[in-house]
Amino acid sequence: MRPLKDALARRAMGLTAALPAALVVLIVAGLFLRSRAIVAVEPLSKLLFSSAWQPLQGKFGLLPFIAGTVWVTATALALALPVSILAAIYLSEYAPGWVRKAAKPVVDLLAGLPSVVYGVWGVILVVPFVGNVLAPLAGAASSGYSVLAGGIVLAIMTFPTIIHVTLEVFAAVPRSLREASLSLGATKWETTRHVVLRKGAQGILAASVLGFSRAFGETMAVLMVVGNVPAVPRSLFDAGYPLPALIANNYGEMMSVPRYDAALMAAALVLTLIVLFFNVLARRTLVRAERRGR
Amino acid sequence: MANGEAPIRVRNLSVFYGGLQVLRDVSLDIPAKRITVIVGPSGCGKTTLLKSLNRLLDAAEGVRVRGQVLVDGEDIYAPRTEVTRVRKKMGLLSQKPQVLPMSIYENVAYGPRIHGLRSRKDLDGRVERYLRLAGLWDEVRDRLREPASALSVGQQQRLCLARGLAVEPEIILGDEPTSALDPPSSQNVERRLMELKRDYTVVVVTHILRQARRIADHLAFLFLGELVEQGPAAEVFAGPRDPRTRAYLSGEIS
Repeated sequence: MRPLKDALARRAMGLTAALPAALVVLIVAGLFLRSRAIVAVEPLSKLLFSSAWQPLQGKFGLLPFIAGTVWVTATALALALPVSILAAIYLSEYAPGWVRKAAKPVVDLLAGLPSVVYGVWGVILVVPFVGNVLAPLAGAASSGYSVLAGGIVLAIMTFPTIIHVTLEVFAAVPRSLREASLSLGATKWETTRHVVLRKGAQGILAASVLGFSRAFGETMAVLMVVGNVPAVPRSLFDAGYPLPALIANNYGEMMSVPRYDAALMAAALVLTLIVLFFNVLARRTLVRAERRGR
Repeated sequence: MANGEAPIRVRNLSVFYGGLQVLRDVSLDIPAKRITVIVGPSGCGKTTLLKSLNRLLDAAEGVRVRGQVLVDGEDIYAPRTEVTRVRKKMGLLSQKPQVLPMSIYENVAYGPRIHGLRSRKDLDGRVERYLRLAGLWDEVRDRLREPASALSVGQQQRLCLARGLAVEPEIILGDEPTSALDPPSSQNVERRLMELKRDYTVVVVTHILRQARRIADHLAFLFLGELVEQGPAAEVFAGPRDPRTRAYLSGEIS
């Protein structure tokens, strides 16, 4: 009886473990099938690299949206990565215990706030700030609804995740390793830079990838502040139109336009593949770093 | 350093972790160019005493120190003392070897680099010199670029020794430096320490009495945070004055 139970438990758990993997395959396959109506007729190069988005004329170039996604994500990470890593270093290495204890739940709370709250806050504060302060400073004209506003809001949304994971990475570095460096007469900063950061490099990379994945797919908050103009942005102050916003804004509407929904499915497929690509890339980097030894 | 004066003098040192007193009024002279061994049951404050000598205790939170530690006559707990300079005078071997996440070469070059040595030639020279002194050179000379983590644990501990020596300290501190090593590696490290006492002052913490007998010139017995007895190792082993020391040496407390 007990061996039978054991075998059953193993099967059941194996099955549940296989489920997520199967889901990824199913989602990609589903998106692919539903987008075939457009992928089959339009050459892939035109779909991906044409910037003409005129659904009524049957032109479905996704380039503006891909570019919008890349711009907003890159801006967000350029802002979020340094800030969150420095904050994590401060919290883990320098801050007194009570600050660390107080900061952690606050950081986690930020990670849990609904996206739409960030969006509203972005419209009220970040958009005017970009339009009235930053853009004139840079000598550009902008309504404020821009790649930069999207990037700032997104950066604020991703950094709790990055801080959280990075803190855990630092906590995993043994104290005696820090002491080894300190005992040689290294300062705290030298120890942090050469030992803690190096030892934690892989984990920080993993944290960044988590941030990346979130940033790529984040929809609501970005959609509210980014302007949603289907053109390739040429500066931080231009409006952009990321893929998730495109899908969320249009799905279910204008379905009478031929092949429109297939084009949106193609957009979702592209988004999924971008995220998958970065995850795989990061995993490979991690594995290689591990092999190289730390 | 004045002739005949102990390079490290501990005066009335008390250490508290929060409300818990770990060291009680410890006074101890550590003689130059000898191996001083601090023995005592686990939890008696040995490691705390050792780490108070190079102010590694500062790194932990909620630690209070009262009393003095004089290194070359300088009170290292005085407010104006530069802690990096104090630590540079001492190399530390920890319980488990802690190699830095870099190559074998970089591990040894790390300290000298921090202290401003830049020239490749000088660095190469130091790395070779101290790897030889730690008895590791012949095993690693062809693989200096490999990550230090690829070495065996015994080799790692000798690498840590070389790394500590490379900042050219006067004192070597060992916190149960052989506790993670197999017997041959332990012997190897003990042999190194015996050789090094020609040029360095060595302080080792251990709970292995046989090890203390093998290497100690000077012995200090710590019990429940109190320094019970100290003196030349031969004398203490032959005729402990305090009943607690006698009990510990005969194995009644451990």
